[in-house]
Amino acid sequence: MNDDRIDQIIDNHHGEASSLIQVLLEIQRENHWLPKEALTRVSEKLEVPLRRIQHIATFYRAFSLSPKGRHEVHLCMGTACHVRGAGRVLEKVESETGIKPGETDLDLKFSLETVNCLGCCALGPVMEIDGTTHGRLSAADTTDVLKSYE
Amino acid sequence: MTREELEKLRQRIVSERDPDAPCITVCAGTGCLASGARKVIAAFDQKIDAQGLEVDLGFRSTGCHGFCEKGPIVIIDPEEICYLQVTPDDIPEIIEKTIKEKEVIERLLYVDQNTGEKAVHESDIPFYRHQERMVFGANRRIDPKSFEDYLAIGGYEALVKALFEMTPEQVVSEVKNANLRGRGGGGFPAGVKWEIARNAPSETKYVVVNCDEGDPGAYMDRSLMEGNPYGVLEGLTIGAYAIGAHEGYVYIRQEYPLALENLTSAIEDAENRGLLGTDILGSGFNFQVRVHRGAGAFVCGEETALLISLEGEVGEPRPRPPYPAEKGLWGKPTNINNVETWANIPLIIHRGSAAFASIGTEGSKGTKIFSLVGKIANTGLVEVPMGISLRDVVYKIGGGIPGGKKFKAVQTGGPSGGCIPEERLDLEVDFDELTKAGSMMGSGGMIVMDEETCMVDVARYFIDFLTDESCGKCVPCREGLRQMHRILSKITEGRGEESDFEILEELAETAREASLCALGKTAPNPFLSTFRYFREEYEAHIREKKCPALSCRKLVSYYIEPEKCKACLICLKECPAGAIDGAKKTIHIIDQEKCDACGICFEVCPSRFEAVMKISGEPVPPPIPEDQRVVIRKIKQQ
Repeated sequence: MNDDRIDQIIDNHHGEASSLIQVLLEIQRENHWLPKEALTRVSEKLEVPLRRIQHIATFYRAFSLSPKGRHEVHLCMGTACHVRGAGRVLEKVESETGIKPGETDLDLKFSLETVNCLGCCALGPVMEIDGTTHGRLSAADTTDVLKSYE
Repeated sequence: MTREELEKLRQRIVSERDPDAPCITVCAGTGCLASGARKVIAAFDQKIDAQGLEVDLGFRSTGCHGFCEKGPIVIIDPEEICYLQVTPDDIPEIIEKTIKEKEVIERLLYVDQNTGEKAVHESDIPFYRHQERMVFGANRRIDPKSFEDYLAIGGYEALVKALFEMTPEQVVSEVKNANLRGRGGGGFPAGVKWEIARNAPSETKYVVVNCDEGDPGAYMDRSLMEGNPYGVLEGLTIGAYAIGAHEGYVYIRQEYPLALENLTSAIEDAENRGLLGTDILGSGFNFQVRVHRGAGAFVCGEETALLISLEGEVGEPRPRPPYPAEKGLWGKPTNINNVETWANIPLIIHRGSAAFASIGTEGSKGTKIFSLVGKIANTGLVEVPMGISLRDVVYKIGGGIPGGKKFKAVQTGGPSGGCIPEERLDLEVDFDELTKAGSMMGSGGMIVMDEETCMVDVARYFIDFLTDESCGKCVPCREGLRQMHRILSKITEGRGEESDFEILEELAETAREASLCALGKTAPNPFLSTFRYFREEYEAHIREKKCPALSCRKLVSYYIEPEKCKACLICLKECPAGAIDGAKKTIHIIDQEKCDACGICFEVCPSRFEAVMKISGEPVPPPIPEDQRVVIRKIKQQ
């Protein structure tokens, strides 16, 4: 992500320091992660210490300080999914992809995150990949779903 | 737009709409979209277009109707025919038969699992019949992006009334008289909060919508925001007028893209029409709204943390008092309420506080939206009058527990709520009764659990969640929860000791007494309530190393009953640990040394065999000798 685009995002928020979280969210959305250069640029433009940006970027779940895989897997661990067996689905995803929540595989194919609730409790256990919802999963179905992604 | 122009527009829209004209409504809430509603809408579009039906046939995609279990949902008006689990393939038939011939398609109707009876109309379905959808009902009648739809159902009548017929003080006292209690969890009377903010001496004041709905298993705020954003904005504008604020914020989770989209569109539209901005409807009142996306932190649902996060900082709670109503956003008086609370405001102003207060119990007025999820036949969002019994919610609306399983508990109030057992099912649901039962209203999650849910594991799950979401500011919450989680995990793994109970209770007491915010103060609830009602389950884990619900993995073994095994090879192929020994025509045996109790064999064993058994707290029977494992020989013997 180049500096011009970052400047543009900051300008859209009138360059206010209080919009720091909104600025970071937009960089995250476009770039899928927050590279150090981008944070430095934000720090300079908004006149906010890098230390505070780091604090925010590690406090909120939406931000990632490392690159993401081609497919972002969000596995719901909400209560409704939990009582319907999301734990076993998670194990299956972990063994199929070889990564734990918060990690990305070496081929940059999958990034795995667990989320608290996707609001599709009727379909639990639910897994969302790149915005597509896969519902009513059993551990056995999970393998097939993951295999359908290149 | 002036007041008169708004009324003229409303009259024109209403007069142009024929209530008897056919109209198709498709639910496009998040649940239905996940079940494929987008394809259904596309199929309708295509068919309507191809046949040139646009002129005579209304079509609308709306926000969530609540019956997420059976999505995608299609409703045909004016007859109110309700079709469930509709697929794109059904669309030609719906157009040809139902729209053109007024013929009902039987297979798409709701079927009562117990009686086998079919229900043609939405209102005949038990799930809807026992609800009172004052707030949530609008969702089904409006396209969230259509101002005209909102106006047609009486939208902005309450704002007109407030701005032109009432003083701000009168609005505050109306909300006070209605005794509307905050729907976000605390249950603090909204009117009292408004009054404090109204009386706080300051030129600048703020109003805030809390749409940082973080409780797992609760999604009513999202559905209201997605389905009826104008309603929330109308309530917020009335609130701003009442307390004297000219700026408002909506704090919304970035995980809710559709809610964000519909809200943003409604704000822009309201600005263009003069319903937000300067001199609203010619009343002289100015008010503008900004949207702030939450970056994902559960603790930001707590009001002080949310306000700090709005300022662009790390959202850690701060001590109260001072309360936000006195000193909130940027140190100014701030009135913060959650989405559902704001959505109730137009209703109270329009119908009057007396009508609102006629519904509900002594201490809790109006209705509440619950998300009824978990081990329940009819999953979805339900709006019921305060005071309804839990039993009615679970059985009459929810349709009971699926699969012939036995009810065990219903968990209310989000992660820091509590579990209510079967013997308390007749409890009347309201703020005070739930608190008395050791749980709380919270934001309205109701997670139903059956006999296969282990209550120790549930407590462990919630404490784990809260440990993760604790912001780390207070030691009793940060460290205490960590220790509680460690001990609960130990118990679920069969390594618990009698002395653990005492330590758990001590840690719970400390977190409750010494934490700053509601997250820490209520965090021990999941343990305390399950321990109060399900102590015998805890004891079984410790004394007999047994999980009565057959759920805790370290305490469960799997065993294949030789008499039932048909040597079909399915479990053998699926077992990830390679722990199943067998062959074609040879009874399968689980090698207990290799088995890691993942349960996949139990899941995949065909239901006509049911050969895989779960065992806990007792020794696994020894495998049958190898020479007796041939299936053919056994059948011959029988």
